[in-house]
Amino acid sequence: MPSTQSGLSIAFFLAFVVLTLWITYVAARRTHGTNSFFTAEGRISAWQNGWALAGDFLSAAALLGIAGIITANGFDGLVYSIGWLVGWPIMLFLIVEPLRNVGKFTMADLVAYRLNQRWVRSAAAIGSLTVILFYLIAQMVATGALIKLLFGIPYSTAVLIVGAAMLVYVLFGGMIATTWVQVIKAIMLLAGGAVLAALVLSRFSFDPRALFEAAAQQFGERVLQPGEKVVPGGWEAISLALALMFGTAAMPHVLMRVYTVKDVRDARLSITYATGLIGIFHLFVLIIGFGCMVLVGPAVVAKAGGGGNMAAPLLALTLGGEAFFGFICAVAFATMLAVVAGLTLSGVATLCHDIWTNVVRSGHAPEKEKMAVARVSTVLIAVLAVALGSVFEGQNVAFMVGLAFSVACAANFPTLVLSISWRRLSTAGAVSSILVGTVVCLTMILLSPTIQVDVLGGNLADLQSRWWFIPMRNPAIVAMPLSFFTAIVVSLLTPERQAAEKFDALRDAIVFGPAKVSAVQAPAEVAGVAAAKPQAL
Amino acid sequence: MYVSDKKDAPIARLVRLRWRVAIGLSLAMMAIYFGFMGLIAFQKPALAKIVAPGVSVALIAGPSIIVSAFLLCTAYVLWANKVYDPAVRDLKK
Repeated sequence: MPSTQSGLSIAFFLAFVVLTLWITYVAARRTHGTNSFFTAEGRISAWQNGWALAGDFLSAAALLGIAGIITANGFDGLVYSIGWLVGWPIMLFLIVEPLRNVGKFTMADLVAYRLNQRWVRSAAAIGSLTVILFYLIAQMVATGALIKLLFGIPYSTAVLIVGAAMLVYVLFGGMIATTWVQVIKAIMLLAGGAVLAALVLSRFSFDPRALFEAAAQQFGERVLQPGEKVVPGGWEAISLALALMFGTAAMPHVLMRVYTVKDVRDARLSITYATGLIGIFHLFVLIIGFGCMVLVGPAVVAKAGGGGNMAAPLLALTLGGEAFFGFICAVAFATMLAVVAGLTLSGVATLCHDIWTNVVRSGHAPEKEKMAVARVSTVLIAVLAVALGSVFEGQNVAFMVGLAFSVACAANFPTLVLSISWRRLSTAGAVSSILVGTVVCLTMILLSPTIQVDVLGGNLADLQSRWWFIPMRNPAIVAMPLSFFTAIVVSLLTPERQAAEKFDALRDAIVFGPAKVSAVQAPAEVAGVAAAKPQAL
Repeated sequence: MYVSDKKDAPIARLVRLRWRVAIGLSLAMMAIYFGFMGLIAFQKPALAKIVAPGVSVALIAGPSIIVSAFLLCTAYVLWANKVYDPAVRDLKK
């Protein structure tokens, strides 16, 4: 590794931090109430939101992790890339339209519309916070480890820097600053990826086939074929596919961004832009991974440590020199910051809007109080993220990402879909479905080899004779159908006339949007009051 | 004002149309993705076939799925902007 790495990459990184802090300063003066704090008053354009969605969703794993997997194993890395993309169309077709037209800040706004606010929001908050928390821990631990690797900064300092920067963005700049951090990060990430991929292809007369052929000649045709090592086979693969597809479609921090644009038309457009940007990025990473395999070599990458995460930076070093290496490292750092900021903001929205305003205060809290709660929640989540990030140092937390997607798929997705499509869904049905989805995922992971073998170091042969042992690592294939089943059976057992009667009002709200009062003019509880008096009447 | 319970009411018809489009496109995406993952899970040799130097079926299928996801999104947006939104505006009158 180059001796000047820290100097150059830290310079790039500092430039990013200074720029984003300046944006936060500007944004802070425009952040007055919860509406600007959580949605930027719907003033983000579709294009900006498309970039921000890509910046929100593409974690460091999408570049460093996947490039590393492809370098070591070839094609298999792409299976994960695809899984992270195919949930977006599902989100667009089934969820975006109703969510944007009925909700205000969170996805619970939609689920709770015709049900008992207090119960449903509490349950939805448990589902959302579980997803956010596990995802956040995984990001923080990965961040600490990667920054240690890339910049040579100690782990705890790295976690602290990320926590502090994220706290400043969210606390003072709210959604406006978070959006800009994500947009800038996405532009850096895609530009870096494009240049890196172009540099690789320039060595192969811009023909990807020549690149793949070179890889196959050096490492055998197996690198062009699906293998057994990275992606599981059999039902495990189907379970993983379910979690990736429907988990992505119900990720709270992504869904929250549909409220930042002016109407449902822009929300649709921005999801489509995001799908395109994320898709193109994954294609870049495919080229980068194979380029690294051929031009740097899996052995060199493995020796650099970090479980393959050094693949993309080392390729940048080989093709673009130390300056480019520094830039890619800085991009990775910026990437993590943007993702944790987005996660934190959606966690704050859940705590403040769902729990405090609608559960504790029954939908009637003064604006000032809500902002105070939002700020306190931000500090709380930031401190928690840094604390947990430090506690889990050196632990194998990669499974937490999969767990977050599984919970989103099993706890959030079924109720979201049933609340808009099935008249007879009852409060008890929705609440039990969310809880069953969450608890089944957590229990199954706890009793699976993921925890028992990988984390606790148990002996697989020993465990297989235990009655409680669950051999499956991906719980979605059990948890998701169980969650749907619970929702349906419990709803049929507890008919709720009021909820069924409000179904038509919900349908109209989905078609016509938030009545005549625009969100800007009425910062009061559009969604909260909606429960008491259906809009458009 | 807008509320109406009749199955043949214009809004009910529009809602049914949107569901049909949304579910149709979702099923298309699911068929593509689960078709691919089904092969990964149970029939890896089908994807392993090398069709030309440097090109396997897997390497054609993977990027094609990415492109198809974007195309399906585009199709929905075009339909929503050209058909659905004007219909909603007409209903609002």
